Amino acid sequence: MKQAARLKDPHTEERQLYWRLLAAYLFMVLMLLLLVARFVWLQVFQYEHFTTLAQNNSISLVPVQPNRGLIVDRNGIELARNYASYTLELTPDKIDNLDATIKALGEVVPITPRDLKRFQKFLSESKDFEPVPLRLKMDDTEAAKVAANLWRFPGVEVKARLYRDYPYKELTSHVLGYIGRIGPRDKDRLVAEEKAANYRGATHIGKLGLEAVYENELHGQNGFEEIETDSAGRAVRSLRRTAPVHGNTLQLALDIHLQDVADKLFGNRRGALVAIDPRSGGVLALLSKPSFDPNLFIDGIDSQSWQSLNDDWQRPLINRAIRGMYPPGSTFKPFMGMAALESGAIGPNEVRPAPGYFTLPGSSHQFRDSNPRGNGSANLARAIAVSSDTFFYKLAWDMGIDRIHPLLAQFGLGSKTGIDLDGEAIGVLPTKEWKARRFAGKRFRDEHRRWLPADVVSIGIGQGFNTYTPLQMANATAILANDGRAFHPHLVQKVTDALNGKTRLIEAAPYKQLPFKQQHYDYIKKGMQAVMQPGGTGWRLGQGLQYSMAGKTGTAQVVQIKQGAKYNAGALAEQHRDHSWFIAFAPVEQPKIAVAVIVENAGFGATAAAPIARALFDYYLTGKLSDDIRGQLETFPPSATGKQDASVAR
Amino acid sequence: MQVSLAKRIAHAIMDPLDGWLLALLAGVFVLSMIALFSASNQSWAKIDNKLVYTALSLLVMWLLARLSPQTVMHMALPLYVAGVLLLVGVEVAGITVNGSTRWLNVGIGRIQPSEIMKIAVPMMLAWYFQKYETTLNWRHYVVAAILIVIPGLLILKQPDLGTATLVMGAGFFALFFAGLPWKIIIGGAVAFLASLPVVWNLMHDYQRKRVLTLIDPMQDPLGDGYHIIQSMIAIGSGGVWGKGWLAGSQTHLDYIPERTTDFIFAVYSEEFGLVGNLLLLALYLGIISRCLLITARAPTLYGRLLAGAITLSFFVYVFVNMGMVAGILPVVGVPLPFMSYGGTATVSLAIGLGMLMGIGKLQRR
Repeated sequence: MKQAARLKDPHTEERQLYWRLLAAYLFMVLMLLLLVARFVWLQVFQYEHFTTLAQNNSISLVPVQPNRGLIVDRNGIELARNYASYTLELTPDKIDNLDATIKALGEVVPITPRDLKRFQKFLSESKDFEPVPLRLKMDDTEAAKVAANLWRFPGVEVKARLYRDYPYKELTSHVLGYIGRIGPRDKDRLVAEEKAANYRGATHIGKLGLEAVYENELHGQNGFEEIETDSAGRAVRSLRRTAPVHGNTLQLALDIHLQDVADKLFGNRRGALVAIDPRSGGVLALLSKPSFDPNLFIDGIDSQSWQSLNDDWQRPLINRAIRGMYPPGSTFKPFMGMAALESGAIGPNEVRPAPGYFTLPGSSHQFRDSNPRGNGSANLARAIAVSSDTFFYKLAWDMGIDRIHPLLAQFGLGSKTGIDLDGEAIGVLPTKEWKARRFAGKRFRDEHRRWLPADVVSIGIGQGFNTYTPLQMANATAILANDGRAFHPHLVQKVTDALNGKTRLIEAAPYKQLPFKQQHYDYIKKGMQAVMQPGGTGWRLGQGLQYSMAGKTGTAQVVQIKQGAKYNAGALAEQHRDHSWFIAFAPVEQPKIAVAVIVENAGFGATAAAPIARALFDYYLTGKLSDDIRGQLETFPPSATGKQDASVAR
Repeated sequence: MQVSLAKRIAHAIMDPLDGWLLALLAGVFVLSMIALFSASNQSWAKIDNKLVYTALSLLVMWLLARLSPQTVMHMALPLYVAGVLLLVGVEVAGITVNGSTRWLNVGIGRIQPSEIMKIAVPMMLAWYFQKYETTLNWRHYVVAAILIVIPGLLILKQPDLGTATLVMGAGFFALFFAGLPWKIIIGGAVAFLASLPVVWNLMHDYQRKRVLTLIDPMQDPLGDGYHIIQSMIAIGSGGVWGKGWLAGSQTHLDYIPERTTDFIFAVYSEEFGLVGNLLLLALYLGIISRCLLITARAPTLYGRLLAGAITLSFFVYVFVNMGMVAGILPVVGVPLPFMSYGGTATVSLAIGLGMLMGIGKLQRR
């Protein structure tokens, strides 16, 4: 009532209203000042901050991919190249219904179950905001069709991409290897090596072979493009562009023509061949048979192809040239002879008996000769030519493993050759310590670990514990041929810088000179030349030579033949038959090529491996080739040698 | 003769309108056209549309300004009752869009009854207090509070926090000018703060999210915080002088959401900077000042209460919208008066200002 009475008074009432109006007005002004303060804070004090944010918002740095460097053979023929085509890529983050989108896309361009499978695999390996390819290698018509329908599919893009291509497929796979999509492990490695920035936006990386070893040369340097984008991430315009630096070109020492000839000479036999230019250490040919098509791996191999390659008993995925470890058989003898001469165990032209078998003093065990009647008596050169086992049994026994090992190690046997490929096997040039280590396991007893007198005997003829890769044998042969001047074998001869066209030579000079006498080299070479002459094990293949050739046949036992039993190829399963070996170089006076050939389970060295080497030398040194092989050769584009040389000259 | 006829026609047109208010509104209108042209990516269609509904709003304003406040006052009770009934109708048979039920189909088209209540509630209260002016006691405040809360709760339930705030705010302003004791106002404010935890529990998830992202928009920069962050970037990067007309990168690269309607201030602020903001704020402060002056001079309690409520409501629109765009208030759907693109909001604001001009005209005579 009191209140009501007061309100009834018009003056009081009016005064009260004015006060309240004033209070309201002051309140509103205060609030508007609060807004002003906020604006000043945002637009004056935080101006820099928000300007940066606004620019980050709208400007994105898009990496521009460099073109991967080419790989060409010594004559400039492209072995690994790039071609442009289109991919269809989906960004899962931006797509509401992935399945429906894929289904709808399937009505625009064909999408095979294989594409889908691969897509699912990539999807599981990538993050949601990364584009994942659904279709690869779309032709112009397909790309145009999709592009015309893109408005229906947010999150779907057609991208022009460079594809890697290995035109000579199986012929080069064990040399070049391949590139593949960057997987989680590659990403971790790139981060660890602080190279992740240079791979932003990159999809592929070298996985195997030269592609992997020379990744840093081939990849190049990312470029960047500053692109203004709207809130949906669509590019509006390009502001600035830093061009990428393309990958460097690798020029190989390898001669693709020679590689092709070697491949056709092998036919479909299993084995490996390594040919080296002794004067430079350059690898002229490196073959591992059977092989595979590296193109299958570039965008993820399908499980069916993978299974058939991986389960194949012939193991096409194994690079036999650098990973296959074989007992060298009699091809070991020239190096053994070199060691014997150097150690003084025998003098040049010193004649020794070469009987049908060899026994250790106080033992009845017979070390048989491949010639049951023996070879009478012989000097070292003749023992090499006729491949007398008993001669070398005795030599090895006389020298002992402690003297043999350091001399043979000089030829790179039992250690990595240092070729520019990953995964090279070390092989075994045995020592007493090696044997103790090798049989250190709990399964073995002390007598297994102890070095036995008999162990060294079979090593003398390249059997027993020692095993080497074809590459090691070729390398040792090249060093021998080059009178002890040793190079690391290398596939890449020079690297041409994409930026300035300058070339860098790989290993221009020998890295060491073996401390052996020249007359010993000459003597051993004479023995190897005698192999190819009448009376030698390879005499048949030495007929009609237009150049001088030195070689050594070899037969590597795969299974031990029982005492008293006879080797009978027909009675053994194919995989248990002997491997056929041959090492050679030519011309003897000034060697231009050294080779090691192994044909698996093909028997005697002179029958399978040696004819390959002879035909290869004929082709390499004189251009001669049988019509049969010539008819099978690949067609190569006209050599781009002139162009290559021009770039070198600059 | 001719001249005097033209003069008389001009006078007849201009007479009901308040010159000051009209001039200030014209200023806001010019700025709004400039901002809209940029925000709409130079869409002449939107400009045409805006011209049409602005003309319509002017007509409505003029008509209401011409009417005597007494006549208008008689519409208060029927309008209020009809509005509440329609709100109940919405509750029963409303149309749901984006999870909130705000619309009702009334045969000729769909209407949004809560929009009516923005003016119906202060009118109702003003009428109610005028009616009991001589016998006013505390019971009337209680009844008035109920009159506010009924539509308020109905709108909250839709849910439409923005409109509910505006409707209840308008009612509260009428109560405030009617002399609601400070004790109750302060006590109510304290009680309100104390009840916040309870309110929190009653809130819808989307409302809670809005509050949470308001406190820290960076919590969810690509989700709920996105709108606030992008509009703050727009304002902040505008700097003192702005990026220039049609040159706002946030605007033209599509980063600002709802940029012709609720967030048009971000567009304006990016392109015209702090200077532009101060100009616009000055115009709004001018409008508010002029409105309060009219309120102070109003001869009747009804006039004072309604004019005061309209003025403060207008202020709330401005403050809440700018506060929201500048990131100091939650994102509620409140347009910036006469700047935001949209016919309904503009006409509804014009109705309020028209009534206010009518009240102003009364005191001059």
